[in-house]
Amino acid sequence: MAHDHAHNAPPSETAMRVKALETLLTEKGLLDPAAIDALVETYETKIGPRNGAKVVARAWTDPDYKQRLLEDGSAAIAELGFSGVQGEDMVVVENTDDVHNLVTCTLCSCYPWPTLGLPPIWFKSAPYRARSVIDPRGVLEEFGVELSDDIEVRVWDSSAELRYLVLPQRPAGTEGLSEDELAALVTRDSMIGTALVEAPAS
Amino acid sequence: MSDAQSADDLPKLPWEAEDGPVFKEPWEATAFAMAVRLSEAGKFTWSEWVDYLSAEIAAAKRRGDPDLGDRYYEHWLSALEKLVIDKGLGSEAELASLKHDWTEATIHTPHGQPTELKKRTPAT
Repeated sequence: MAHDHAHNAPPSETAMRVKALETLLTEKGLLDPAAIDALVETYETKIGPRNGAKVVARAWTDPDYKQRLLEDGSAAIAELGFSGVQGEDMVVVENTDDVHNLVTCTLCSCYPWPTLGLPPIWFKSAPYRARSVIDPRGVLEEFGVELSDDIEVRVWDSSAELRYLVLPQRPAGTEGLSEDELAALVTRDSMIGTALVEAPAS
Repeated sequence: MSDAQSADDLPKLPWEAEDGPVFKEPWEATAFAMAVRLSEAGKFTWSEWVDYLSAEIAAAKRRGDPDLGDRYYEHWLSALEKLVIDKGLGSEAELASLKHDWTEATIHTPHGQPTELKKRTPAT
């Protein structure tokens, strides 16, 4: 085929299926390509775990907000401007000295997009979906989280109707930090429950 | 839950950096956004979507796919195709025809030029 230089390598089958769907839906007036691009850009640049970190930092510094957050997660999170698809029915579960919470989705990968963005690859994997409910302590150890035996581990299985956000414990020694500085300490994994929030290295 | 049966036999988790890219390839982003927008437009409910996606993931597992999360958007795309067909938004034949046209257009478009479908009668 060396003579046939106008031909390109065959494209990926999957990419062509997506093109076909996009064309079909656009031609039938069911989709606006600009709306597709806008949504992708939003998820690539504006929506991610920094949103959830702001929620956590607010809850750490404002007891009234924390109470509203635990009573009605969706409404309290919307106060900070984070709402939309997969964020309609949010339940916030609080880590304490006695309880550690871990979020999973055994069926697929329901996840609180407005506060955490799209899920990481391991959250979508069969090993995590299965092991998080069978052996949550083993999963936590694999993530480097060792909990003493007297701490109860609660596993929350997300669904199309309910999604969970973990409110991690505020680390000791952060009394003097501002809300923004606190938010910078909060990781994505700490809001799924596969990490603890560490105090800043002094 | 403490004495996990055969926990040692379970596969290890795939790792991913916290600041990794949201989508590995552009088609993943497009497939993702199409499902969200169709649901927002009321073409199906999110519960219906989750049912279709869960079924695809379960089917992949039955086929022996280790399902490490890296093929997630392939399941997503298969679910979306099925839901679009089942909701009567398009037919399998239309999708196959468009896929053929796009493949031809991609192969025959010289480098550096945008790939476009030839002038054709839009689906109705």
